[in-house]
Amino acid sequence: MLIRKPNSVRPSEITPEAVYRGRREWLKALGLGTVSLAAGCDSHAAAETAAPEPIPGNALTIAVRGKYTVDGPLTRYKDATHYNNYYEFGVDKGQPAQTSGRFHPHPWKVEVAGHAEVTGQIPLEDLLKPHPLEERIYRMRCVEGWSMVLPWVGVPLGDVLKRFKPTAAAKYVAFTTVNRPSEMPGLNTRILDWPYREGLRIDEAMHPLALLAVGLYGHELPNQNGAPLRLVVPWKYGFKGIKSITKIEFVESEPKTTWNLAASEEYGFYSNVNPGVDHPRWSQKTERRIAGDGFNLFGNRVPTLPFNGYADQVASLYAGMDLHRNF
Amino acid sequence: MKRLFRDRIALSKPFVFALGLLPLALLAWDALSDQLGTDPVAQLEHRSGDWALRLLLATLAITPLRRLTGRPEFVRYRRMLGLFAFFYACVHLTVYLVIDLGGYWSQLLTEIAKRPYMTVGFSAWLILVALAATSTRGMMRRLGGRWQRLHRLVYVAGVLACLHFLWLVKADHREPLIYLAMLTTLLLARGRWPRGVAARKTAAETS
Repeated sequence: MLIRKPNSVRPSEITPEAVYRGRREWLKALGLGTVSLAAGCDSHAAAETAAPEPIPGNALTIAVRGKYTVDGPLTRYKDATHYNNYYEFGVDKGQPAQTSGRFHPHPWKVEVAGHAEVTGQIPLEDLLKPHPLEERIYRMRCVEGWSMVLPWVGVPLGDVLKRFKPTAAAKYVAFTTVNRPSEMPGLNTRILDWPYREGLRIDEAMHPLALLAVGLYGHELPNQNGAPLRLVVPWKYGFKGIKSITKIEFVESEPKTTWNLAASEEYGFYSNVNPGVDHPRWSQKTERRIAGDGFNLFGNRVPTLPFNGYADQVASLYAGMDLHRNF
Repeated sequence: MKRLFRDRIALSKPFVFALGLLPLALLAWDALSDQLGTDPVAQLEHRSGDWALRLLLATLAITPLRRLTGRPEFVRYRRMLGLFAFFYACVHLTVYLVIDLGGYWSQLLTEIAKRPYMTVGFSAWLILVALAATSTRGMMRRLGGRWQRLHRLVYVAGVLACLHFLWLVKADHREPLIYLAMLTTLLLARGRWPRGVAARKTAAETS
């Protein structure tokens, strides 16, 4: 499960969405339901990553594909879009898909503030314009102990941030989610300290793996997945991937982050995926992988890898740091 | 009918039994027809655990119900409800062990020892094992006065089961707190009742 060198996994090894769907229907027709048949099915996969036809939302023009891939099947589109932790739309994982319909991701502006030469309200189109869209298949590991494999579309976060010319005082980048109680029913409950906030150290934010995502499966992000703009930091637990970003601020000291404020002994600022550091209440050594045809009676649990399998690329960011203390 | 069943409670028991199997049947149906959603393993765990807890509370509701209605015969449902609570706890544990943990059993002992929510959940299950094993008429006779003392452990099992739920949720504690509130109510209802209620109870008993 190590990340491969670019293009070491042929696109044909990834089963396209349409093939999954077709196979599910076929299994259902046979009445086999959730019983997983044979592991060898994937060899029949065709070339494209995502079939545009059954996916709602505008298709995106993707300039770069195949640079980042993952062994094994993708998470199904339905699962990726109907199993979401987005508490602004409800705490139940099925709720965001149901309650996010009233949310308006367009038009969108991002406020850029803090220690940078260029600041102000930037329309989303201007924010993205100079950057070619890339499709990247990343593992996503939730702190709760499950994981997915998702084809994001986005631009490298660092490339965007550099355009604002952060100054030497910009040691961290703080992100804020939009706060619209009329469109986000979950904001009326005080489960978390709203608005949702996240942050990265500047070198983490500049790392080429950090992605500002605008799409999923070749199409614009659905509301429940963080439309129109979200963060994807594949070597960290999923909650670091802040959704519907409305503000990016360059700051000098470590910013307050929402889950850390909720339970500081359970969710650290770094929150790098680490099988060696358990959550105080549950183990992080293994994870339940939600991908491919789904319910494989005994085959869903896989070992969790340091930095979610991206250690080769990112471990050097934390050289000399005690990862048990800086969890 | 009179010959087959000695009274209405005896007559209703097969229906209660069938009702007790209904959640399992629905769970099996949903599993086989692929209705368990994105994370079926978590659904199997949550739903079997929910029913174990609900049936445990139902078992604990029998005593207050007898006092409230003045109908002591409700006690005759208690063993069946308790055994169903145990049954769903076993389903819950089996799903965790066989399907969820599948292949990673070496993780089990450290999990039970290190994770408070696992420790209390497993302890609750152990209590239910002891109570189920001593639930027969023969065991009641053999244990005599000790039987009731042993079976008071069901209160402990209830508290542990609620803690198990409370300690595993990430941020939204509302649902486990509702169960905990119901448990607290049922336990408090075992204490001395205010005079008004007691009088009504006596009136109901004599009528």
